[in-house]
Amino acid sequence: MIPVEFDYVKVTTIDQAIAALKAGGEDSKIISGGQSLVPVLRLRMAEPSVLVDCGAIDEMLGVREDGGSITIGAATTHHAVMSNPLVQKHALLLAQATATVADPAIRHRGTTGGALAHADPAGDVPAAALALDASFTIAGPGGRRTVAAKDFFLDYFTTAVGPDEILVSFSIPKCDWGSHYAKFNRTAQAWAIVGVAAVVNVEGGVIKEARIGLTNMAPTAVRASTVEAALVGASSAADITAAAMHAADGTRATSDLHAKADYREHLARVITARAVRAASGI
Amino acid sequence: MTAALDTDTALGKPIRRKEDAHLLHGQTNWTDNIQLPGTVHMAILRSPMAHAKITKLDVSGALKQPGVVAAYGAKELGELNGGVPCVWPVTDDIKMPAFPALAIDKVRQVGDCVAVVLATSVAAAVDALDAIEVSYEALPAVTDMEAALTSGSALVHDEIETNACYVYKMPCGDYEASRAKADVVVARRFINQRLIPTFMEPRSVVAAPMGMSDEITIWSSTQIPHILRVLLALVTGIPENNLRVVAPDVGGGFGGKLQCYREEILVTNLAKKLGRPVKWTETRSENMVATHHGRDQIQDIEIAATKDGKILGLKVTLLANMGAYLQIITPGVPLLGMFMYPAIYKMDSYDFTCTGVFTNKTPTDAYRGAGRPEATYAIERIIDELAAEIGMEPMELRKKNWITHEEFPYTTVAGLTYDTGNYEAATEKALAMFDYDGLRAEQARRRASGDPVQLGIGISTFTEMCGLAPSRTLGALKYVAGGWEHCTVRALPTGKIEVVTGTSPHGQGHETAWSQIASSILGVPVEDIEVIHSDTGRSPYGMDTYGSRSLAVGGQAIKAASERLVEKARVIAAHQLECSASDLEFINGSFHVKGDPSKSQALGAVAFEAFTAHNLPPGVEPTLQAEATIDPEDFSYPHGTHLAAMEVDTETGQVKLRKYVCVDDVGIQVNPMIVEGQVHGGVAQGIAQALFEGAEYDEDGNLLTASLADYLIPSAADLPSFDTGTTVTPSTSHPLGTKGVGEAGAIASTPAIINGIVDALRHLGVTDVAMPASPQTVWRTIQAAKAGAK
Repeated sequence: MIPVEFDYVKVTTIDQAIAALKAGGEDSKIISGGQSLVPVLRLRMAEPSVLVDCGAIDEMLGVREDGGSITIGAATTHHAVMSNPLVQKHALLLAQATATVADPAIRHRGTTGGALAHADPAGDVPAAALALDASFTIAGPGGRRTVAAKDFFLDYFTTAVGPDEILVSFSIPKCDWGSHYAKFNRTAQAWAIVGVAAVVNVEGGVIKEARIGLTNMAPTAVRASTVEAALVGASSAADITAAAMHAADGTRATSDLHAKADYREHLARVITARAVRAASGI
Repeated sequence: MTAALDTDTALGKPIRRKEDAHLLHGQTNWTDNIQLPGTVHMAILRSPMAHAKITKLDVSGALKQPGVVAAYGAKELGELNGGVPCVWPVTDDIKMPAFPALAIDKVRQVGDCVAVVLATSVAAAVDALDAIEVSYEALPAVTDMEAALTSGSALVHDEIETNACYVYKMPCGDYEASRAKADVVVARRFINQRLIPTFMEPRSVVAAPMGMSDEITIWSSTQIPHILRVLLALVTGIPENNLRVVAPDVGGGFGGKLQCYREEILVTNLAKKLGRPVKWTETRSENMVATHHGRDQIQDIEIAATKDGKILGLKVTLLANMGAYLQIITPGVPLLGMFMYPAIYKMDSYDFTCTGVFTNKTPTDAYRGAGRPEATYAIERIIDELAAEIGMEPMELRKKNWITHEEFPYTTVAGLTYDTGNYEAATEKALAMFDYDGLRAEQARRRASGDPVQLGIGISTFTEMCGLAPSRTLGALKYVAGGWEHCTVRALPTGKIEVVTGTSPHGQGHETAWSQIASSILGVPVEDIEVIHSDTGRSPYGMDTYGSRSLAVGGQAIKAASERLVEKARVIAAHQLECSASDLEFINGSFHVKGDPSKSQALGAVAFEAFTAHNLPPGVEPTLQAEATIDPEDFSYPHGTHLAAMEVDTETGQVKLRKYVCVDDVGIQVNPMIVEGQVHGGVAQGIAQALFEGAEYDEDGNLLTASLADYLIPSAADLPSFDTGTTVTPSTSHPLGTKGVGEAGAIASTPAIINGIVDALRHLGVTDVAMPASPQTVWRTIQAAKAGAK
């Protein structure tokens, strides 16, 4: 299909972006990699009047070290994120999750910040951002604010980023725990039926702390907090399996062509156990 | 004295494909690349409803939109609203409802064409669709075949008063007698799900009036330019001699472009009416609903046997989903499978019944294998079930019942005569490549230890009939055309060779393979041979490409025409060399006088003599060319043994194909590299049916798998590398000894995969797994078996 006609503005600073969004009004839309937006436009499921291209704003590109955190520009491509040495050293889980997004062609154009702002419940990176306790820097007409991951994802395809705002970057506290992202899907390029993002702190063969994000088990990525609590003190595969039995607690899994809700819940339990075992080495 | 196929020629060599350089360098000429001055672009308003009355249709609003040249509904189009043809009325009393290009008063499938807009750009045409006023009154959608056949069901076509399109019966022997004698009768219902061909290049068609002449040229992404020309002439009333159909580079078809589509009819008629080029290219979203689908059969199969595993008889009862309308060979597809249910097995009786059923879904038609994959799936699945029932090793059961190599030619219970085959040799080779015994031992270990990942071995010892087809057989089946193929071979004055073929490649590598055949006979290097095809203006005669026919039938024509050319050249050469034709040997492209090495003449020199015609023998006409139109003596019967090692994660239902071995016998191979490529692609496509693909509808007739996000196509990342091997048992009914390879992999692999999954889970009480065997389906099957076992 062919999208409805739209105007296109390319900006190079955050201020220009905010001004362009304001000028475009409520029908304006941010684009950078376009890997989620363009299909939606082509199917005419969205008909924005203006696209504001934020793919060339320096501040939104690249990864930098920020004391105890690393900060990732929102327009940095998936490929650049997953292959970045800082990410691999201090936020390996993000690299692991990003590496499962779609296929190499999409990862070279699509942006990790874009995927977070798109907030597809089946997307892989939100669960990793939750498990890593990321925080998000959002710019708007009123200035900048920082939002914690737990407050960022609000609903299906809805985040704390307002219509007149832009996600500039996100930061991740350095984390050297064992990590693993387990993606369960039918073909390599498909969305996750269920995904589990786990970081686990193991000392002396015993789990001290675990943080687990779940993909596609609710309208947004969610933390499996009951499992996290149950994992403290776990030291065997059986302990982990028992804790993982709570993986579907409090989730709101939906049914679609590939999985009904009960099967998704079952998968969450099985895959959570596997992800935690892989992350912890137990 | 005909030219022998010299073993030291291009024939049989794995030479690289001539076609690939331009494919790899982006020099392809897809239909959508064709840009003619003054082109108007067609966009189609399609039905969002599966079954509805059109209560209002007003296209006038579209005419006011920028760039719009014309807009039509069925009423405005009038007699230019041609009907889509069906050329295979399989029974005398078949119901053949009208299938107008634009729906008249009613829509019967999601994607039915309701109106068209023509504009100076694609965007303008698409935008203007919104300005068409249309309203529908929903009617009950017919989506379930069994419900469709009950009295009181809503009707897809009121005027024929039933949803049954036809009932076809073929009783062979006395099945009831076999059943009465049997110790064991195993019955199963298999669902051969609906598939969408999903070739890579969407359909596209351009039609243009050619200057001051009456000719209209149609470029279409089609497998069948020659047949399309005939059908468009019949449908549109444009004289056939004024139509030229060209298939430019075609990016895949798999049967989905073996069709005369409504869009092709509309574009042709509108180009004539408007007097300017008209172009239409489908979107992927349109492709999913408007390109014909494949498979969609409910298969009830019953096998009767003795307790020690001797098969006595087979009964097959099919419901075949036609969809909303009959397209080119919609009713005939199940009959292409009809002959193949008995497969490689000897038995006394076979009873076949097929009922074609109309539903409010996209029409079905040929899809890679067309009928034979369905047959092979059902027979190879039921063989495994019979083996389990009588406690026999499944390969042993096959060996006990298959036709042995000494028994060929063998006439099967279905009445086909298989010319050659050697199932023992292919199986022995496959078992050795697979490490069958080692994997069986591992399977036993995993079962014993209760491993969450279980291992299964799937077997498919298949044969198929291809090389469509002897014209007399097609006639007996009420197909309205023949199955011959044509070739003209021309030796040009400069020594270059033109091979004009009636086949129409869309990825198969005909240009290379046909050059190899001609080269092997003419002694001219492969690179000096040009293969001309897929254009009714340059290659006027042909029956095109489908049903693994191009080499099996078209190859014979190339061989015959090449040999005839050599014979004509021999007479001229003898005249030039002042000897008798019988004194000449033709070796490596030159005629030599036997016993006098100093006297010879190359074929190119003969061609020049034939061109100047200064000194030709009496009665010999100028020019050096020859043609052949060959009707095949019989079908050909490739066969092979495919083995799959399947790992099933019983905790999630996830299935992993760990190892795939296949040994195919496709007879003589013109180019083993192309053969291997065809096997790989076919096997992948068959695996895709087993594991990934399936068109799903809701009860209102909406296609749920309407995009490639939901209709899953595996990529290289989802499949292992296949271990392929071959045995060579030449066909004796084809002069080249070739069989056919285009569909073999897709026919063979599906049951191997499902048999492997069932084999992995049989100890849990699983006796079948529905396709596609998604993780959820497999997991639920395990849960149900466990619940049943309690």
